[in-house]
Amino acid sequence: MSRSVQVAYLIGLGLLLLAPTFIYPILVMKVLCFALFACAFNLLLGYTGLLSFGHAVFLGSAAYVTGHALKVWEVPTLVGILLGAGASALLGWVIGSLAIRRQGIYFAMITLALAQMMFFFFLQAPFTGGEDGLQGVPRGTLFGVDLADDVNLYYLVVAIFASSFWLIQRTIHSPFGQILKAIRENEPRAISLGYDVAKYKLLAFVLSAGLAGLAGATKTLVFKFATLTDAHWHTSGEVVLMTLLGGMGTVFGPVVGATVIVTLQNELADKVGSLVTVIMGAIFVVCVLAFRRGIVGESIALYQRMIGQKR
Amino acid sequence: MTEIFGVPIQALFGQLMLGLVNGSFYAMLSLGLAVIFGMLNIINFAHGALYMAGAMFTWMGLEYLGVGYWWSLLLAPIGVGIVGILIERLMLQWLYKLDHLYGLLLTFGLALIIEGFFRDLYGVAGQPYSIPEEFAGAFNLGFMMLPKYRAWVIVASLTVCLATWYMIEKTRLGAYLRAATENAQLTQAFGINVPLMVMLTYGFGVGLAGLAGVLAAPATQIGPLMGSNLIIVVFAVVVIGGMGSILGSVITGLGLGIIEGLTKVFWPEASATVVFMIMAVVLMIRPAGLFGREK
Repeated sequence: MSRSVQVAYLIGLGLLLLAPTFIYPILVMKVLCFALFACAFNLLLGYTGLLSFGHAVFLGSAAYVTGHALKVWEVPTLVGILLGAGASALLGWVIGSLAIRRQGIYFAMITLALAQMMFFFFLQAPFTGGEDGLQGVPRGTLFGVDLADDVNLYYLVVAIFASSFWLIQRTIHSPFGQILKAIRENEPRAISLGYDVAKYKLLAFVLSAGLAGLAGATKTLVFKFATLTDAHWHTSGEVVLMTLLGGMGTVFGPVVGATVIVTLQNELADKVGSLVTVIMGAIFVVCVLAFRRGIVGESIALYQRMIGQKR
Repeated sequence: MTEIFGVPIQALFGQLMLGLVNGSFYAMLSLGLAVIFGMLNIINFAHGALYMAGAMFTWMGLEYLGVGYWWSLLLAPIGVGIVGILIERLMLQWLYKLDHLYGLLLTFGLALIIEGFFRDLYGVAGQPYSIPEEFAGAFNLGFMMLPKYRAWVIVASLTVCLATWYMIEKTRLGAYLRAATENAQLTQAFGINVPLMVMLTYGFGVGLAGLAGVLAAPATQIGPLMGSNLIIVVFAVVVIGGMGSILGSVITGLGLGIIEGLTKVFWPEASATVVFMIMAVVLMIRPAGLFGREK
């Protein structure tokens, strides 16, 4: 890691730690949850070349499992979060093993369809509360610190985000991550080099699902509820949009994309009502047509042009 | 009353017919998706939204202009087809050289725009549309009552599907189309205007979705969300059938509609998910799909 990137990390972390003094912590926590969700998704789309169009199912499953564990089983908070993330990883293993049997566009359609199946399951299952969702989830305590206080919870969320982000970073730059990139660039070649591509894809899928689940579990803790929205295909679309807008295959892209989209939704929700969907759709169209590298990708390209580097 | 497996035969056949109606919509939509995919290599996520637009146009035509069902049957698909041609000319044509996933993402964005637009205009509540008077009432088949409109939907969509099959497999135009699907550059070299055909194919494919929307208008509640729920099931249908064959998509669509109808009778809780479960099973046994071939 170069020195400038390290400095960027430290500045980012410093800003995060100071943020609650000048921004409403719930909003920042929401951004962090979706940023983690998008980073997990980017691990698949950006670094393995797999477009999972049903990623919300992992966010939603973990949200329900964590909510149920904390509310009904009354487990400690940390156990609840881990249960949620674990459940999503397990579900990721099931969905992933089915979906990697096909490639490209079919992969996207299969993940979407299986996610929709789980959505209907959540709609009918008794423990999710159906349309009303799972309300009044207690946040509990961690090492004797009361998480009901927003600022206390905020630091837990920052810790979760920072460690997951670090984990994703490590994964991308590990030999495992290099093989994932090789699969993205040229799958037949990776196979002919002797890599068991299916195994690598599945592992990446499980990891991504588990991290998306961690985001969902954390989100339940922040908002104290879990609803069907978390598992809806609209949410799956949103995470694609965040990653695309920020810049897929870049480290910070999903974070930037999630920040922009969540802030935008937050600002627009009362002003334009259902036109929010139209605006999201329009951003999609513009990104695909003219802005495929996303905010971070285009910025890097611009920077490289300015200093006259060619890659 | 006669019963089969403890289910009244009336209810059984009733659900079977409803299943066939739904199956006809699956067939028409997956057919359109397959034709578009063959030519453009794009999975048209906006298909559901355009199906919804077909139904909305039908309703709006009657509400604002006094255009009746029969004229809508002709005009709404043309309207949707024109929207499709605009989409293809203005946006999709710039994506053919890129990864196929961008086509999916672009059409997903378009689906959001179309859905959000109608939602903003009319809210999420459904609009009623009465069955044309020619099809009011039902045939008495002795063992069951068959609502005339349902019979019409099944007959009409099957006719359209077969006509499409005939056009693609048996006519000269269809031969050009198949040639361009197989090798666009070579076909172009023979002096056939491939970009024009691509444009018309997309227009035709979404026109089919629009037509399905018109047929659905009197049979269901017309609302902005009617398409997005359907399209995901149709994706599963496409995965199950594979997109290699036209008759394959039609048979898969109808078959799954029937299975879904039967599930409503025997295991109602699973009726919303049965198609996805079948998809999972098919993926385990025959990943390429029932009629598909691995490319």
